[in-house]
Amino acid sequence: MDPLKLPPIDYGALLPMLILFGAACLGVLVEVAVPRRARNAVQLSLALIAVVAALVAVVLERGTRTITIGGAVAVDGPTLFLQGAILVLGGVSLMLIGERSVERGGAFVSEAAVTVGSQRDMQQTSGQPGATEVYPLSVFALGGMLLFVAANDLLTMFVALEVFSLPLYLLCALARRRRLLSQEAALKYFLLGSYASAFFLFGVAFIYGFAGGIQLGEVHEAVANPQRSEVLLYVGLGMVAIGLLFKAALAPFHVWTPDVYQGAPTPVTAFMAACTKVAAFGALLRVLYVAFEGVRWDFQPVLGGIAVLTMFIGAVLAVTQTDLKRLLAYSSIANAGYLMVGVLALNDEGLSSTMFYLVAYGFSVLAAFAIISLVRDPDGEATHLSKWAGIGRKSPLLAGVFTFILLAFAGIPLTSGFTSKFAVFGAAVEGGQTWLVIFGVITSMLLAFPYLRVVVLMWLSEPGESTPAVSIPGFLTSAVLALGVIVTVALGVVPAPLIELTRDAAEFVR
Amino acid sequence: MEHTFAPATGVLSNIWLLVAVPLASATILLLLGKRSDRWGHWLGVASVAASFVLGLIFFVNLSGLDPARRSAELSLWDFIVVGDLKVDFGLLFDPLAGVFVLLITGVGSLIHLYAVGYMEHDPGRRKFFAYFNLFVSAMLLLVLGNNYVMLYFGWEGVGLASYLLISFWYTRPSAATAGKKAFLMNRVGDAGLAIGIFLMFTELGSTQYDDVFNGVDSMAAGTILVMGILLLLGACGKSGQFPLQAWLPDAMEGPTPVSALIHAATMVTAGVYLIARSNPIFSANTTLQLVVVSIGAITLLMGCLIGAAKDDIKRILAWSTVSQIGYMFLGVGLGGGAYALAIIHLLAHGFFKANMFLGAGSVMHGMHDQVDIRRFGGLSKHMKITWLTFGTGWLAIIGIPPLSGYFSKEPIIAAAFEREVVWEAWVFGGAALLGAGLTAFYMTRLFVLTFHGPARWTEDNQHPHESPAIMTIPLILLAAGSIGAGYLMSTSVPDWLNPVFGTAAAEGEAHGVLSHAVITILSLLVTVIGAGLAWALFRKGTALEPEPAGVLVTAARRNLYTDAFNEAVFERPGIYLTRALVFLDNKGIDGLVNGIAAGIGGGSGRLRRLQTGFVRSYALSMLTGAMLVVGAFLAIQLGWLA
Repeated sequence: MDPLKLPPIDYGALLPMLILFGAACLGVLVEVAVPRRARNAVQLSLALIAVVAALVAVVLERGTRTITIGGAVAVDGPTLFLQGAILVLGGVSLMLIGERSVERGGAFVSEAAVTVGSQRDMQQTSGQPGATEVYPLSVFALGGMLLFVAANDLLTMFVALEVFSLPLYLLCALARRRRLLSQEAALKYFLLGSYASAFFLFGVAFIYGFAGGIQLGEVHEAVANPQRSEVLLYVGLGMVAIGLLFKAALAPFHVWTPDVYQGAPTPVTAFMAACTKVAAFGALLRVLYVAFEGVRWDFQPVLGGIAVLTMFIGAVLAVTQTDLKRLLAYSSIANAGYLMVGVLALNDEGLSSTMFYLVAYGFSVLAAFAIISLVRDPDGEATHLSKWAGIGRKSPLLAGVFTFILLAFAGIPLTSGFTSKFAVFGAAVEGGQTWLVIFGVITSMLLAFPYLRVVVLMWLSEPGESTPAVSIPGFLTSAVLALGVIVTVALGVVPAPLIELTRDAAEFVR
Repeated sequence: MEHTFAPATGVLSNIWLLVAVPLASATILLLLGKRSDRWGHWLGVASVAASFVLGLIFFVNLSGLDPARRSAELSLWDFIVVGDLKVDFGLLFDPLAGVFVLLITGVGSLIHLYAVGYMEHDPGRRKFFAYFNLFVSAMLLLVLGNNYVMLYFGWEGVGLASYLLISFWYTRPSAATAGKKAFLMNRVGDAGLAIGIFLMFTELGSTQYDDVFNGVDSMAAGTILVMGILLLLGACGKSGQFPLQAWLPDAMEGPTPVSALIHAATMVTAGVYLIARSNPIFSANTTLQLVVVSIGAITLLMGCLIGAAKDDIKRILAWSTVSQIGYMFLGVGLGGGAYALAIIHLLAHGFFKANMFLGAGSVMHGMHDQVDIRRFGGLSKHMKITWLTFGTGWLAIIGIPPLSGYFSKEPIIAAAFEREVVWEAWVFGGAALLGAGLTAFYMTRLFVLTFHGPARWTEDNQHPHESPAIMTIPLILLAAGSIGAGYLMSTSVPDWLNPVFGTAAAEGEAHGVLSHAVITILSLLVTVIGAGLAWALFRKGTALEPEPAGVLVTAARRNLYTDAFNEAVFERPGIYLTRALVFLDNKGIDGLVNGIAAGIGGGSGRLRRLQTGFVRSYALSMLTGAMLVVGAFLAIQLGWLA
């Protein structure tokens, strides 16, 4: 028997992930070692420093094109770009998670397991500092996401999926207000997430059966020269895709999204809407472009149908929503559909425009949830639409910023929403998927209605008795808002630099 | 002929000041607002006077140049650069632009001065002067541009200024309506001009005057005809020519100085300028020239007929403007040496018509804004200066030698008789001759009813008085112009304009159907008959109310039914079309849109119920989705769908 040989490891290429996982473990130790009073500041600084350090590592690796640890991890243009995007958006999300001045104790509860409605629950709701475990959990999730977009074999991808999903399930349960809704959301997310993971894993088994290997390159070879029944390939491809479509919130695997977005603490919702989306689409891009490119003619119509269904469900259901977080959830579902249009272009333009879209959308959605976290009444965030009537009279600045973000979602020119939609639609036309673009444009028109309805509600309705006060944002939330708006404008007016960057990055290694 | 313009050098490189000075004044007056109320009108006068002085200096400089290169082209900056289209922000000061600059700023200065007195009691006097300066600036840009886009820029600028000035008393519904009418009818013409410019760009790739004129030879005859007709449509709109004449008389709702400056001396001549400037295009196609001549002849007769039936002093003058511009169109349509004749008539008309409009303003000033000539009479005793100056204008317009109208109009009549095709010579020459007689008739009627005969004043209006010096001095200066300018111009202007129109003015030896001497005698004869007839009829005054009249007079009173025609053919169907579209929009399109919206809303409401909140049903829907996805892949694999 041969002695077990370690495969060569390129530590430089793995450094960003190693930094994050290391920092997360350190964060767990901080929970034990640092006194409660100082913990929040220490944890937040640690998390942000780790993210910045990882980002620096990503930037230093910018020219790397390699496959390492025995083919488990591929570090190439898309990996590094998406890792950078996840780190930037994650860092901004951490600032939202770290906000403590809008609500006493922050958006998180200190002990999630306490029975809802009990004496202790009342106590902790009214001002006990929130759990600081959210920081290591977030950093673990970020690390998992970095691995997810870099995974070059299906099992690594599965592990990464679980690594970033489990912390998210926990984070969802930690909302300070509406505890039951939060717990319910977490449980639903966990159950359905596990269900989807099972599909993914089962699919991996089928693919292994077909290709005799789980590395994406091997699958690609096998697809080109099939040795076994293609039934295995198609069943496997379908099931792997389902696992990824679930995370990306594409119909009909989107059902968890509205409930979870509504129930989770708003900073976590923002984190999911921005970062999970990047990670899920990053992995989807890699699987489809690297492993299954050879059967593109077979999966394009099926996934195209899913994209159309997603766009329609997102747009149509957004019309009748009365809760802003749910409205944004359906908007995020519709946006997943638009991203899918870019993915299905299956050319370099498709890859680069999808990556551009992910960044642009991430910043806008972070700003949107940041605003939602500011409009509060005595029960916490006032997310019901009726509460937002006439808010433009009370806080014109906030309403103006939200109007701008909504216009960006609606794809009005001079915002990133326009340039990014234009980019993915352009790529899809070039890739011969004009039919998807037609549906995309139709649903964009539908989707403009709910956005504009909110705008009309904010500016043209009389403020009622119940119109809530708008909290003065703390430094962290202000920074998030400013960043979100600046990036949304900048990518709308001068998108060229980022588009160049995505084009340079748009090549996978196989 | 090769068209090139010499670059501006020396003093002439400052021609941009002509446009900039009044524009700066307008900007200051509008921005300072009430703070400049006390001195604003003087700034307005000074800026136009300064432009006049500058214009004179440039004019003298220009005349010092060699006639073959007597022009100054100045490119300020690239105005529009899109793809192949490149438009200069450039100016051109050549003999044609030169005479227009002098007319606009010279007559303009006098009218500005007059307006200081006329608008004295109006609270909006500063704003009025701001608009007035804006107008002068735009008009100068129009005549100074070195390409058609600059011309269009100025063209729209004067359109805007004239809208603001016609509706200056916007609280009066009639003034607001008149402003709107002028604006809308001008849009029709402007659209023609704009399309004409587009056509130039597609055909020749440039809108610079020299490129366009040099490219005329390379265009097909049909293209030239279309381009010319489009330019002509623009010219008709701005100059109040048939069929777009209806706005001009209504525009008299504005303050009288506006009528004098815009609707007599300057803006309405922009159409004549456009055709004269585009002479290489118009001269290149005889059909096009025939169209221009016909429009001129129709309009001049129409203006005379309607003018003879009106009782409102300003409207009579307005219709006479329409008619006189008809003569100018006749002139530019005849082509060759007649271009210069038309410009001479334009300049002479600028003086005597401004003179008479301001005279009318002076009469109204003394008669409590009464405008009905049936309620004047015997004013010669009370307003000596107005009477005398108006008298010179009257004699000038009807063409009594040696006043200016004789030297400017009679040659056009003669030129019309020189058409090569015999029937054309008779038709157009005859029309021009008939027009001369009619002009003598209605202008004499106006003059006699206003200044002579028994007083027929209304009871509350018994104390007519002469206007202050600030109003009469411009009248005297303009009257001097009406007397002397004709002879001076008829001897010098044709040579001066030779570099622009290329051909020397035709000498008297032309081969018309009638000899020149016969035409001179005939035109003087019809003038005397017309004037004498009117004097005899109206010497004793007239009825105070309209009397029943024959078909022709009734028709003329109603503007020859042109308004009725416009209403029946354009307005009514337009209104019906609007209503039909509104109906279609409400019932059809809105119905469809609302239906779709309701459908989506309903669908959304139904779909929402699928979102039950139960994990079991979510899982079920995922399972169904999974089965469908995998099933679809297998179906493709097994060839069911492929």
